[in-house]
Amino acid sequence: MPKFMSRNDLLLFAGFSLVVLAMPIWLAPFGAGYPDLLQRFMIFGIFAVGFNILFGLTGYLSFGHAAFFGVGSYAAVWSFKLLTLDAIPAMIFAVVISGLFALVIGFLCLRRSGIYFSILTLAFAQMSYNLAYSVLTPITNGETGLQLTLNDPRVLDAAVGQGFVGQPVPNLLGQQLSGYAGFYFCASFLILGFFIAQRIAGSPFGMMLKAIKSNQTRMQFTGFNTRPYALSAFVISGMYAGLAGALLAVTDPLAGAERMQWTASGEVVLMTILGGVGTLVGPVIGAWIIKYFENILSALNDNILARFWSFLPEGVADVLVKVTSKFVGDGWHLTLGLAFVIVVIFLPGGIMEGVRRVAALFRRSGSSGAKTAPQTQPAE
Amino acid sequence: MTILKRGLSRRRVLQTGMAGIIGSGVAPLVFTKGAWAQEFCNNPTGDTVVFGLNLPLTGTYAEEGADEQKAYELAIAHLNGEGDGGLLNVLQPSALKGNGILGKKVTYVSSDSQTKSDVARAGATRMIERDGAIMITGGSSSGEAIAVQGLCQEMGVIFMAGLTHSNDTTGKDKRRYGFRHFFNAYQSGIGLAPVLGDAYGKDRRAYHLTADYTWGWTQEESIKNATEGLGWETVAAVRTPLGATDYSQYLTPILNSGADVLILNHYGLDMVNSLTQAVQFGMRDRQANGKDFQIVTPLISELMAKGAGESVKGIFGTSNWHWNLQDPGSIAFTKSFGAKYGSPPSQAAHTAYVQALLYADAVERAGTFYPPEVIKALEGFEFDGMGNGPTVYRADDHQCIKSVLVVQGNESPTSEFDVLNVFQEIDRDTVAYDPAIFGGELGEAEPVPMCA
Repeated sequence: MPKFMSRNDLLLFAGFSLVVLAMPIWLAPFGAGYPDLLQRFMIFGIFAVGFNILFGLTGYLSFGHAAFFGVGSYAAVWSFKLLTLDAIPAMIFAVVISGLFALVIGFLCLRRSGIYFSILTLAFAQMSYNLAYSVLTPITNGETGLQLTLNDPRVLDAAVGQGFVGQPVPNLLGQQLSGYAGFYFCASFLILGFFIAQRIAGSPFGMMLKAIKSNQTRMQFTGFNTRPYALSAFVISGMYAGLAGALLAVTDPLAGAERMQWTASGEVVLMTILGGVGTLVGPVIGAWIIKYFENILSALNDNILARFWSFLPEGVADVLVKVTSKFVGDGWHLTLGLAFVIVVIFLPGGIMEGVRRVAALFRRSGSSGAKTAPQTQPAE
Repeated sequence: MTILKRGLSRRRVLQTGMAGIIGSGVAPLVFTKGAWAQEFCNNPTGDTVVFGLNLPLTGTYAEEGADEQKAYELAIAHLNGEGDGGLLNVLQPSALKGNGILGKKVTYVSSDSQTKSDVARAGATRMIERDGAIMITGGSSSGEAIAVQGLCQEMGVIFMAGLTHSNDTTGKDKRRYGFRHFFNAYQSGIGLAPVLGDAYGKDRRAYHLTADYTWGWTQEESIKNATEGLGWETVAAVRTPLGATDYSQYLTPILNSGADVLILNHYGLDMVNSLTQAVQFGMRDRQANGKDFQIVTPLISELMAKGAGESVKGIFGTSNWHWNLQDPGSIAFTKSFGAKYGSPPSQAAHTAYVQALLYADAVERAGTFYPPEVIKALEGFEFDGMGNGPTVYRADDHQCIKSVLVVQGNESPTSEFDVLNVFQEIDRDTVAYDPAIFGGELGEAEPVPMCA
């Protein structure tokens, strides 16, 4: 092993960390510089990075990853209810539980590959979702969602004689995790998660995963048993999902079954494809874009549009408000769909391919040594 | 690089820097509660104050959400002294002046909660953190209401619940920062049972179909207890997922179950679908156990009755309010809503409108937006003139105690809005109950939590 990390990898990692930590500043002009959305950017970034280890590296398209996300959330909330309001035990608990869950599901699903694997994972996830809604309501509280209450046991907190006034909220060693504190907490995990993903991608183990993706049969003929590698990738990415789910519960201690629905599983697939499958930064950018659309476009209403178009003559403005209002508010999915179609048709490699093309254009036009970290540009 | 060209505002640098320090846990003791003595979440310092409307504009309860939005827009116009003043003129006692709240003009931001608890919470958080909402209101599902209420308690922002009928909202899951004007399932049971006993007899066998979440559970329980008190027998209670569209798989087993009454614990689009399909199954033309088969819809509104059309004729249910009541408050509200939107308001619109006014009035009486003072002003507040007769905001559980309406589907409607008749008005002493029966704890108002 020549060096700990190559110069390019180090640059990428440093650039990524910088962009993430400075988000409250550079996202403010886009109306997205508020803690709740920033936390979501981090959380779904982790989810997408983890998903990419399975989909991007190993080539297994799982349509059921939201199940691990949901399991992580439920595990974390139960830890808050039963053990302590501290975030660390909850997150360890969530990652372990979702890892075990992924081990079981992965063991069963990885008997098949390709479309059969996708359908199996989808079936298992939908099963978990329906279980959460029906038989498991004592654990999940069904549609209402699992919440913290004043009279939860919290044995560890009770043992040290910690009492509460008002609504119990998760904390980190006594420090509350709401607002920007919560954002930096999640950001540190995204950076850590990104680092680990980077190391995995560059390791011999990552090489195995890539080999499985390119030709599994060839791997088998050369004498490798591919199942343990694929299963490890599945479990690791399930643990990432569990970590993201736990963080969502830490910043907002309510676990609802909707986050396990197949649409949530589909969302992470969209994120990865939109950003760029197999790239490290792409899925994170995809997650940011989708969450940005979801939160910002869906909040626009006719009044805001009317103000936006008010510089035009009245008749024209009215028509434009009518037309654009179909694409914002509850119609934001339409905008997302359009964006997705455009990216898939013109940039099959996702946004990262766009970045590469632009970079190549610059290089050709002679501006040599343009070594700008690629990920600073696209998220805007 | 654009960041540096634009220049950083001092506030932003401080904010981010501070957050960084806290986040890294280097100096967790920089902030002590005392430093914020008179500070609270989103203290309005300008000349406007922002309401956060959290409304289900898509999903099962979308129609109620849309009607609530109209009502909030009307209430905000009236609070700012626009329009005909609506219920500002009839609220007794009233501290409202028609010049906004404490002289500040009322504006609003809104968010589509999609009839999902997760989304409702995310929307409320955005409106509090980004848009500076001083109060969150709305919602048409108890799942949402309970989720958002918990969040508001965490953030130190008052939540004025919209349409939520679950016992848990002001029972097991009640919160100091949450207030509910709407009635609940327990009160529906008290009001409805005697009427059912008179109309259908004392030896019926009931079959429940129940929306599978907090509201459905508590309504099923309350109606079951109330009807079993009459001497009825409960054959089965089957849970159906929220937002189901095809009920045939749930309706078929009823035919051979030996039941002679079907109780639909559904609301919104669910109810429109299940009721219409039950009628299409021929349930109302059936005989069972030698009696006419009956359908009961414990909670019903004009919007759903309109949606169900013919199917709803003669069916009993309860409502919080009806536009055809003849007291000055109801007349004033129906008139000003009708003049603006061309249709009479639903009960969801009514409760939304009243909640906005009651919050504004409490702030005026408290003389401050400081939430603990506003909470004190609302707790135990006695008022009249809002269309439900004399009403009290009970201090023990933040539930409004007022009269409840038993309604029946109109057999011969004179217009498309004339779909429900008020069958009986149950006065508030009859539907009052001991708040202790549901347990739960309100929690404390102070120290005020600080949102980011």
